[in-house]
Amino acid sequence: MSEHAHKLNSHDSCEKHCHCIKVNNISVTFGKQKVLDDISLHMHCGELTVLIGQNGAGKSTLLRALLGEIPHEGNIEFKETKTGNISHVMKIGYVPQSLNIERDIPMTVYDLFASFISRYPIWLPKNRRLYDKIREQLRIFSVEDCIDRQVGKLSGGQLQRVMLSIAITPMPDLLILDEPVSGIDENGVRDFYRLVNEMKERNGLAVLLVSHDLELVRKYADKVVLIDNKILCKGTPDEVYGDENFKRIFGGIKA
Amino acid sequence: MTLDFLQFAFMRNALLAIVLSSPIFAVLGTMVVNKKMAFFSDAIGHSALCGIAVGVLFGFTSRSLSMVLFAVLFSVLLSYVKDRTTYGADTIISVFASVAMSLGLVLLSMGGSFNKYSSYLVGDILSITGTEVIFLAVCLVLVAAFWVFSYNRLCSDNLNRGLAGSKGIKGRVYDYVFSAFIAVVIMFSIRWIGILLINSLIILPAASSRNISHNTRTYHLLSVIFSLVCGIAGLLLSYYTSAPSGPVIVLLLGITFFVTFIAGKVIQD
Repeated sequence: MSEHAHKLNSHDSCEKHCHCIKVNNISVTFGKQKVLDDISLHMHCGELTVLIGQNGAGKSTLLRALLGEIPHEGNIEFKETKTGNISHVMKIGYVPQSLNIERDIPMTVYDLFASFISRYPIWLPKNRRLYDKIREQLRIFSVEDCIDRQVGKLSGGQLQRVMLSIAITPMPDLLILDEPVSGIDENGVRDFYRLVNEMKERNGLAVLLVSHDLELVRKYADKVVLIDNKILCKGTPDEVYGDENFKRIFGGIKA
Repeated sequence: MTLDFLQFAFMRNALLAIVLSSPIFAVLGTMVVNKKMAFFSDAIGHSALCGIAVGVLFGFTSRSLSMVLFAVLFSVLLSYVKDRTTYGADTIISVFASVAMSLGLVLLSMGGSFNKYSSYLVGDILSITGTEVIFLAVCLVLVAAFWVFSYNRLCSDNLNRGLAGSKGIKGRVYDYVFSAFIAVVIMFSIRWIGILLINSLIILPAASSRNISHNTRTYHLLSVIFSLVCGIAGLLLSYYTSAPSGPVIVLLLGITFFVTFIAGKVIQD
């Protein structure tokens, strides 16, 4: 009961919080095939929205469209609730599924981080101020000691935390996480959800996550969206998990 | 050892050419190796023949100019097609390289004069002219500027295009410019290094450096050092033994690769 009340609270958080994000009628067509059909979403800050669906349902495609990586119809609006200003420009933080790195790539965490957030060439001697800034950001996820380690030699969990630090430097309006659980053990996955949840509450971030872990989704998500090329249903975890479509698609799975 | 070789203008030019081109190859090579583009730079080298042929066909007076124009067009077209198919880069590169090389061979042999161009296959470093040395100097400045302004962007785009995009980095543009740079540098150098060897000068220093480097700074520094040392040593060695200079340089770089490879394994264990 109390859990339900909490969910309701965060549901109309648009009033209290700083902004909300409207995704309007996103459609993506590859060749003749319509991969995404008229997807509209509302996301509020301090809220974790989780995208679920089978493989090939278009989850990653939707993220790529939101990131502006692929041509699409529709748009994203970013609204300051205080002022009522609507803009189409907002900062998006992104944690991809994986990075194109090998075990022996000659690149430290400092190099990796700096290449994304700075123009100071990483092949020149380390920039002290930049180094300190990166250390600060890594500290948020307790991986500041990894700063001089080779990226290919980090554990899956450590790399995940490094990528989260990169995603929130600078602090975005919307944080997008793409199936970040692959390649990490079960503890790592729980850890990850805990971190995202913490960050969301501390910084009032709007978070959009693509996930497979239905159990953890139920525990942490504020809103769940089930898609299969189009939106099948959306709402609180309880609402979605009770939906006919959900049962049809994830039938055998106990959530 | 006396520096008697410096009394010859062709040796002075060759030495200057090595000193100027080694850092260019070494630095571009670090990214070529990281991006797994070794095959791409090889293809550009092979397409040089076609560049020459096109120049001859359209009556360009400057052969270098026609080759450079062709190289840029070739690299941009290749990147464009590669981005729009799912075959993977190796297949597309193979298609482009084989077509360009064959076209070059056919066009150049039409006048029955292919032998005239066969020097492009192995090259001759001692034939480099003062003008070409100046071209190289300009190339070095341009590559250095590009590296200062764009290396981070190029690097982040290679790590993950979506993530780079979320930070406002237009990765594709840098990718195109980088490909074009490689194409231009290869075309400038092909006459004195040769189609068969050019790719080794780009790949070997960076690959050797990668064997023992753990961060971007060492990676660059060692790559440049290997390239310079093997280049100069190879030129001198060839002068005193009258072996062809290109292959001697490549052999020295090859030895460096295997030594660093073993050293890297030893350090790790």
